[in-house]
Amino acid sequence: MNTVGSVIRRRNDEASGALIGYLPVGFPTFDESVEAAVAMVENGVDILELGLPYSDPVMDGPVIQAATQQALANGFRLSDGFEAVRRITERVDAPVLIMTYWNPVVQYGVDRFADDLVAAGGAGLITPDLIPDEGAAWIAASERTGLDRVFLAAPTSTDARIRQVIDASRGFVYAVSTMGITGARSDVDRAARTLVERLSAAGAPASCVGVGISTAAQVAEVLAYAEGAIVGSALVNALATGGVAAVGELAAELARGTRA
Amino acid sequence: MALRAQTGPYFGDFGGRFVPESLVAALDELGEAYDLAKLDPAFGEELAELGRSYTGRPSIITEVPRFAAHAGGARVILKREDLNHTGSHKINNVLGQALLTKRIGKTRVIAETGAGQHGVATATAAALFGLDCVIYMGEVDTERQALNVARMRLLGAEVIAVTAGSRTLKDAINEAMRDWVTNVETTNYIFGTVAGPHPFPEMVRDFQKIIGEEARQQVIDLTGGLPTAVAACVGGGSNAIGIFHAFLDDEGVALYGFEAGGEGAETERHAATITKGRPGVLHGARSYLLQDEDGQTIESHSISAGLDYPGVGPEHSWLAALGRANYRPVTDDAAMQALRLLTRTEGIIPAIESAHALAGALELGRELGPEATILVNLSGRGDKDMDTAAHYFELYDRENAR
Ligand SMILES: Cc1ncc(COP(=O)(O)O)c(C=O)c1O
Repeated sequence: MNTVGSVIRRRNDEASGALIGYLPVGFPTFDESVEAAVAMVENGVDILELGLPYSDPVMDGPVIQAATQQALANGFRLSDGFEAVRRITERVDAPVLIMTYWNPVVQYGVDRFADDLVAAGGAGLITPDLIPDEGAAWIAASERTGLDRVFLAAPTSTDARIRQVIDASRGFVYAVSTMGITGARSDVDRAARTLVERLSAAGAPASCVGVGISTAAQVAEVLAYAEGAIVGSALVNALATGGVAAVGELAAELARGTRA
Repeated sequence: MALRAQTGPYFGDFGGRFVPESLVAALDELGEAYDLAKLDPAFGEELAELGRSYTGRPSIITEVPRFAAHAGGARVILKREDLNHTGSHKINNVLGQALLTKRIGKTRVIAETGAGQHGVATATAAALFGLDCVIYMGEVDTERQALNVARMRLLGAEVIAVTAGSRTLKDAINEAMRDWVTNVETTNYIFGTVAGPHPFPEMVRDFQKIIGEEARQQVIDLTGGLPTAVAACVGGGSNAIGIFHAFLDDEGVALYGFEAGGEGAETERHAATITKGRPGVLHGARSYLLQDEDGQTIESHSISAGLDYPGVGPEHSWLAALGRANYRPVTDDAAMQALRLLTRTEGIIPAIESAHALAGALELGRELGPEATILVNLSGRGDKDMDTAAHYFELYDRENAR
């Protein structure tokens, strides 16, 4: 079976690294979000990051906010998240991580969430507003179920916190490229390179850089020093403006950045 | 342990730090600066001097017998935070955090605001200390508190109307957090209430607890004893914790927080977070929260912008869980009637937020009877609410009415 860790290793052996693509479940509709996720994988995305729409997404910029707000207005329920994972993993074999703010998991029940994610075929969680300091329940549930847990590291994280994030993470560490929220940027900060170097020096097996990456050239630039590149807002924007076909085209274009 | 000695990050099962990693360094920096400032007599003296010569501390207490005649004959005493410079308790906290901003060497401050009182206080401190200032305010609130938007702009602040989500306080906090994540190197976030991630609940409480410390002695001096009950309105909970704190270990003193009951706590349109919510995580802390089954925050409703918030500070959740403080809802209409009653009987026009505490005191007085003394935190004055009140009570001449 393809795990997040094994896919990242393989893509670093056979290419310059892994491409990770983000889309929220339920945007613009549930079915189209599933089709778009499948299209991403068919066009070269190695790992999927599926976002669960949340009422108060403090890490997200305007593009993702607008998409998730629409998904919520359309009636998104947490059960749709598991159903999306199930439908996607039936059709493609890329690992699927769920990106979720923490309160929905707490309300669902951390153990129940982990069990249902395993049953749906999901690989683990990316938790943008859960730091390892508050993560005991999730760390225990993911140990029990074998799910991956991706915590974030930031350019301002101290060395001690970087070590804590590496120790707590499994799959990869999400290196936040810049001080800011999600959204495409014309240049990905130098801060990202420094952060990844610090993560590697501290023993991180894999670091993937996210926030601000939107072009194949940026993917190539990031993969020169990191194990993976994460693209979000640009794909959501493609879906919003050009539908599933546009997502597939952008994914294929971004995947060229992994061959450089 | 004395309840008063409780510090963050946790208040029982509540509090903590549920934030993006990008904010941890800034929260640590703020927490460390605050811990040092606490121990530094020069900081305390500078803040006390600002209180005396700028805010107008100590604020007085006023006994209101004509109002109390409607409260079952109990004695009612108001703590007059409405007389502070800028018109509410919010200035107490802002001056403390603005001094800390100077200490950590940042030059730009941001804040969220609901009623506009915290925004006005922050813009005021920014003018006083020469800091750049951006205020986030939900679009709904910029309309119902337009006077305060003009005040902030006159003070030199940039006011950004937030159009996401419910377009009220909760969304203003989201937007301020996004700004902070992006500009953390130059910017300090002056948070307006005792919610949010550690160190805010503890720090804001410490800057507000002077309200209760003064009032406790003032009530003893006036009546020869402690009050029977202390009442305050609860939005995020800063004026309530400010007046409660000095009394936490006075077992004989009952503490009552009055939440915004909107159109009725039994309807879907209210902001009665502790009365109707359940524990969850919002804006960086675990606390009571209005939320649906999936943990999505439910939009709150209140006639008062300052109480229109689906969360509450973690120390209140802890006090509620311990049974040390009681929390009850007060409807929009009960608050508006109490606003008019205080105005007509005593010549004091309260903020609509504070009017929730007054309505609560009327209810408590009838329950506790003529032997009781009720201390009410009059957290702010009503100037900002004149347009709302004028429409509610049809005070405009017809041709002038909008
Ligand atoms: C006069 C007044 N009272 C109370 C509040 C509510 O805040 P808190 O519950 O933090 O005191 C506000 C908030 O804007 C206010 O302006």
